[in-house]
Amino acid sequence: MARTAVRGRLSWQIATVDDVVVETARVRTIVLGVSEWPGHRAGQHLDVRLTAEDGYRAEREYSIASAPGEPVAITVERLDDGEVSPYLTDELRAGDEIELRGPIGGYFVWDVEHGGPLLLVAGGSGIVPLRAILRHRRRSESDVPVRLLYSSRRIEDVIYRAELDERADGAEVVYTLTREQPPGWTGHTGRVDAALLEEVAWPADEAQPPLAFVCGPTSFVETVASGLVSLGYPPARVKTERFGATGR
Amino acid sequence: MEALDGNAIGGLLLEVFGAEMTNATGVCAHCGASGELATLVVYLQAPGTVVRCRSCGQVLAVIVERLGVKCVDLRGVAALDRAD
Amino acid sequence: MNFVSRGFRGRKRDVDADSSRVPPGQYVTEDFPVLSAGPTPHTPLDEWTFSITNGRGTKTWTWDEFRALPSEKPTVDIHCVTRWSKLDTTWEGVSVDTLLEQVEHDAPYVLAFCDGGYTTNLPLEDVTDGKAWIAFAYDGEPLDAEHGGPARLLVPHLYFWKSAKWVRGLELRDDDEPGFWETYGYHSYGDPWREQRYAGD
Repeated sequence: MARTAVRGRLSWQIATVDDVVVETARVRTIVLGVSEWPGHRAGQHLDVRLTAEDGYRAEREYSIASAPGEPVAITVERLDDGEVSPYLTDELRAGDEIELRGPIGGYFVWDVEHGGPLLLVAGGSGIVPLRAILRHRRRSESDVPVRLLYSSRRIEDVIYRAELDERADGAEVVYTLTREQPPGWTGHTGRVDAALLEEVAWPADEAQPPLAFVCGPTSFVETVASGLVSLGYPPARVKTERFGATGR
Repeated sequence: MEALDGNAIGGLLLEVFGAEMTNATGVCAHCGASGELATLVVYLQAPGTVVRCRSCGQVLAVIVERLGVKCVDLRGVAALDRAD
Repeated sequence: MNFVSRGFRGRKRDVDADSSRVPPGQYVTEDFPVLSAGPTPHTPLDEWTFSITNGRGTKTWTWDEFRALPSEKPTVDIHCVTRWSKLDTTWEGVSVDTLLEQVEHDAPYVLAFCDGGYTTNLPLEDVTDGKAWIAFAYDGEPLDAEHGGPARLLVPHLYFWKSAKWVRGLELRDDDEPGFWETYGYHSYGDPWREQRYAGD
């Protein structure tokens, strides 16, 4: 049986925290120096492992926020009752070491050759792997049409807002704010539902079927994925990645 | 406690199989449904990781870690094919 | 050299708990973690029944019949095989003794069966003489679905995977048929004080 070369190290390695960037009040991007990083693809993730003095361990998975070729970075949202996320967002600092393994993922990945048109649908921190896809598209100077539909609770919760607002290289960005809107907001409000998908998603076109990437909490992903299939997207063209409601 | 999907066990599968498995295709031994492992229903918070068929809900695989060794029970999988 | 993450402590783990109450390898938590092997079932109470089968016949109680039985309010320590322990948890439930009184039984083993297909096996003597309940309330409130409501088996002297959530009955058996986790390598008996986590421990 043919075997592919194994991508990435299977074992844990120690990386250095190079920088901790504040994205929003609860969200930080952690830029990592990984001496033996084999490179990654847009959409992949890595596993982080924390060990306490008494040997207690916790492992979590985080999507890689940076494009192939950029320094490895993860973006972490602090969950109030989280065990790992508060440590990563509030305690970790430049110079610290952290154990990780990766990159991991062969399904929820976008390479330029996969083409489009691309529909990216993000719920909350589900934006992280989709931002890696957007950055990869930009760095590759790809002209694949891309539209992002990004659901957040409030404008203050929108991660990477300044970057997304640039709408670089023709990327279309549509926000919806579900809990609260700033004064004068003319954008969408309320959760992503069948009606909003119908308005925003690329029409299902047999000649040029769109490729969708949906990421966020499980219930968000299920609603959006079934909504896209109802609009005629072939299930195989709707890629999904579910984050737990209590984080991963 | 919401279920996740096979993306959440990508690292575990890489460790156990020595290769990227999220885009491998699994066939359910109970109902015959086939799909990429990334699309399966995964329960992580348990004495072991339980992977269920998205179509019929039956158990495809259970991974239990004992003394650092991961034991994978694939009795619910009729076939498993790497994407390459 | 074992790597340690500077400043990481993990979940609040009570190191001052009375160690005589904490089995080996466990830590005490104030949380009540939800662990599940499958989706949370939601059986309407007017469809819910509890049964005991003994190979010769089945005795069944409806929810109303079950709730009309005398109940108790045990306060117990619980120990999960995933290493958390929770002390002084308060429950309300019907003693399994009360249910067994209404059934002829001489079989040595029990297989608890549940909505969603979960099962677990126990010796009959480990669910009798005040050691087990069918619990319908926790901490003064009706048992949450995610914690096994409307009713779960409660057998606190064994690892908590034996306290089967969404229990719908007990099968009295001559043989010790392994249940869900036992089939996948967990210990057939599961005594936390002898640290019987896995088969062969």
